[in-house]
Amino acid sequence: MFDMISPQLLFGQLLIGLINGSFYAMLSMGLAIIFGLMNVVNFAHGVQYMLGAFCAWLLLNYLGVPYWGALIIAPLAVGAFGMLMERLVLRPLQHLDHLYALLATYAIALIVEGLVRQEYGSTGLPYAAPISGGMNLGFMFLPYYRLWVVVFSIVTCAGTWLLIEYSKLGAYLRAANENPNIVESFGINVPRMITLTYGLGVGLAALSGVLAAPIYQVSPSMGSGLMITVFAVVVIGGIGSISGAIVTGYILGLAEAITKVFYPEAATTVAFVVMIVVLLLKPNGIFSSEKA
Amino acid sequence: MKIDVHPNTSLVVRDLQGWYAESKVIHGMNFEVHEGEILTLLGRNGAGKTSTLRAIMGIMRKRTGSINFRSEELINKRIYEIARKGIAYCPEERAIFASLDVRENLTLPPVLQSGGMTDAELFQAFPNLQRRASSRGTRLSGGEQQMLAIARILRTGSRFLLLDEPSEGLAPVIVKEIGELLKKLKQRGYTIILVEQNWRFARSVADRHVVVEHGQVVDTFTADVSNTDVSRVERYLGV
Repeated sequence: MFDMISPQLLFGQLLIGLINGSFYAMLSMGLAIIFGLMNVVNFAHGVQYMLGAFCAWLLLNYLGVPYWGALIIAPLAVGAFGMLMERLVLRPLQHLDHLYALLATYAIALIVEGLVRQEYGSTGLPYAAPISGGMNLGFMFLPYYRLWVVVFSIVTCAGTWLLIEYSKLGAYLRAANENPNIVESFGINVPRMITLTYGLGVGLAALSGVLAAPIYQVSPSMGSGLMITVFAVVVIGGIGSISGAIVTGYILGLAEAITKVFYPEAATTVAFVVMIVVLLLKPNGIFSSEKA
Repeated sequence: MKIDVHPNTSLVVRDLQGWYAESKVIHGMNFEVHEGEILTLLGRNGAGKTSTLRAIMGIMRKRTGSINFRSEELINKRIYEIARKGIAYCPEERAIFASLDVRENLTLPPVLQSGGMTDAELFQAFPNLQRRASSRGTRLSGGEQQMLAIARILRTGSRFLLLDEPSEGLAPVIVKEIGELLKKLKQRGYTIILVEQNWRFARSVADRHVVVEHGQVVDTFTADVSNTDVSRVERYLGV
């Protein structure tokens, strides 16, 4: 079967894998940050990603704000929505079993997705890529916008990781992941830190949504499809492990692409096969932290 | 109820009740702490000593009664608000952060008030911590972790310390070092509530002892306990 595979097909798929991996990495990183501090699996993450894309689309079509403006405004707007959600819904539930907060985020996801579908329909809305053209690498054609997405996501992931690993703010976050009461007993306003952290995670989801708008179509269900794989990424990487989420995101995107080339039928399943194998061999995930 | 106010009273606890979820563990505590003294809470396991510290710090959320600190009521305050009033807490389990190195652990608490020890002073007082500054916090020995847990709260400038069994599980020579440290802090004017089961250690450092049983204060002694007092304390502690 190998002699049928042209380099165009292989590299074309690898590029798609790298693009998908970029979204997996950014989304699972946000989930890991939120889970680490709040112990809540944010089931609204896919919807918050979708809202980012919709926000970009609305800004462009109603206010004429171009992609580059949306890249800043959408994460701030959706992040603010996330912080409101934390204050009004998640905070009152924080002293109950974390399952309640998980269910609340799932309920919000269903409601928001339903409302958006009601208003804009289920069909995908087009969003033109802000950078046109591309370069011919000889073995494949590389659109500039896709290159931008890959570079931007790598920079965002690396930047967020460095912030958490090496800054004072990151030290507060890591410490509060382990023992929020003790961090608060040092006089740090942990409740506000939780709100801001949730806002950061949600903002990252919305940022991914804006990046995705020109690649995938803008539609109410664009997040739910992606999230199933993203949850697999988080489990494989180790729940709450930020570096694990990033690295696993890219690897799974590439793994899907390679599977697509050699055995297309299994491409959508490979993430879950890997998840099962990892769960059997290392139940806490490949990059699980000392906490787990 | 008559509120007795000692001229230098810094903390007054009145009719304190506290719960963990539905189970009540503090049943009407009454005691006060004077400025600049070391007060121990003595008692057996499960008597409610740790719970009392957690209630003062606000970590035990469900609590009623009154905790008055320098004329301010703390009973409805959140943990970080209480911390900003100048109270610091060192838990029994020490709570050294595994994902932070020693230096990060030490410098994590922000300076809340002036008069706290500087990083240089802390490293001078705890040379082991400087030697191991870049080790993971949890790689330290038990004694070093205890020193780190105390050192980091001295940074904030808080001068009212809640210390939960700092001597627990440590070699006698380390316990002695911690005793010396507490005496030094007292000389500097710190006020300390010390939860202890180690009566000999408690006796060597404290000004007064409060005996706790079933979440209530059952007896109070001053440091110059007589021999009959000693046997009474030992009966309470079951030693």
